[in-house]
Amino acid sequence: MRYESPSTTREAAALLDKEAGVAHVLAGGTDLLVRMKLGHIEPDLLVDIKRIPAMKSISHSARGTRIGAAVSGAELGEHKAIAKAWPGVVEATNLIGSDQIQSRCTMVGNLCNASPAADSVPAMIAAGARVVVVSRRGRRTVPVEKIVTGPGRTSLARGEVIEAVVLPARPARSGDAYLRFTPRTEMDIAVVSVGVNLTLERGRVKTARVVLGAVAPTAILVPAAAKAIIGTRLDDDALDKLAAACSAACNPIDDKRGTIEYRTKVAGVLARRAVKIAFQRAGGA
Amino acid sequence: MAAVLVSTTINGDAVQYACPPDESLLDVLRNRLGLSGVKEGCSTGDCGACSVTLDGRLVCSCLVLGAEAQGREIATIEGMAQDGKLHPLQENFIEYAALQCGICTPGFLMAAKVLLERNPDPTETEIRYALAGNLCRCTGYDKIVHAVQASAKEMRKLNKKKSRKKARA
Repeated sequence: MRYESPSTTREAAALLDKEAGVAHVLAGGTDLLVRMKLGHIEPDLLVDIKRIPAMKSISHSARGTRIGAAVSGAELGEHKAIAKAWPGVVEATNLIGSDQIQSRCTMVGNLCNASPAADSVPAMIAAGARVVVVSRRGRRTVPVEKIVTGPGRTSLARGEVIEAVVLPARPARSGDAYLRFTPRTEMDIAVVSVGVNLTLERGRVKTARVVLGAVAPTAILVPAAAKAIIGTRLDDDALDKLAAACSAACNPIDDKRGTIEYRTKVAGVLARRAVKIAFQRAGGA
Repeated sequence: MAAVLVSTTINGDAVQYACPPDESLLDVLRNRLGLSGVKEGCSTGDCGACSVTLDGRLVCSCLVLGAEAQGREIATIEGMAQDGKLHPLQENFIEYAALQCGICTPGFLMAAKVLLERNPDPTETEIRYALAGNLCRCTGYDKIVHAVQASAKEMRKLNKKKSRKKARA
């Protein structure tokens, strides 16, 4: 195995493109190095992206906030402006693992690891986040929900690397939230999770995105759940419809951590709680 | 597999080593540099026994490659006592019997040190969350939490004294 730590995205893409064997991108390594140790993968090349300035930085423009693919969970959590604008995204990312893991883990790594229970993914999809995908042939911008295609699988082609996540510009009176259910309070993986992002107009929900995690092979955007609350002030009837839409969208696995029936029920319960938090954060009463 | 040459700083000293590109920092520290205070527990980032700091941030050295340490600053348990004097956390782990077998202790001490540098007056809940990435199968954690609380108190007093001295100077 070779280890390379290029200093530009272009160079990283060229290395990935040139490699005839198995190449992997190394960001925080908190999933990748475990998979290597367990013998699940045997890379011929690791491309460490942490020495690429464009991947290590956070910047703002009229189009939104750009977070480099190698920015760690801890670094994101310490960024006051993002934590204020997108508390749901930041809280979701900061739920990944221990402090030790936070020092290293990244949102993009969480996305590309493609676990159905990834914490940052429902929050990013709810936010309408996009990722910048770079290869030797150029770059493209893709909505986060188009990346994961199944457990452990992504739509990224050979030779492609994600450079950054872009959170869209935030309209006034917007709020987001992420909640997950775990049997333990810390150091656990979601049995059900919900990401919500919404914007209010005259006290009513104007736009919303509701996303479920850990209840299907990938995180799922549930337009019917958003529709249930758009135009409302989250009255009981709207919340009932929201919960029903979330439960109806579930296609979970059945295991010792949560049965199908349990996960389906809890998805609705968590969605109710998450939209209330997002609503309050948007200034709704 | 061609070895990677690495120049780095460990506990303030410039260090150079060569290691295979897939060797963990944990293995480099223990097997190449003789820093066996760093312990191997799970080797999958779950137990925290191998905790060290990398550029001031707490990491599991089992989930860092030796190759990644080029130009970085690493601190291990070996650098915690200064001039032959134990750190208050080390003193209090002994005082409060916050260990039995001792395998998890270096990791807990590193994690607690990072916590107290960031938050000199943590609540019990904050301590338990900050140490959630370190597993101990002997103590039941209460004694560890008590040792960290006592150290926090002691270190706040020491820092107050230091800043008063500085103000006078």
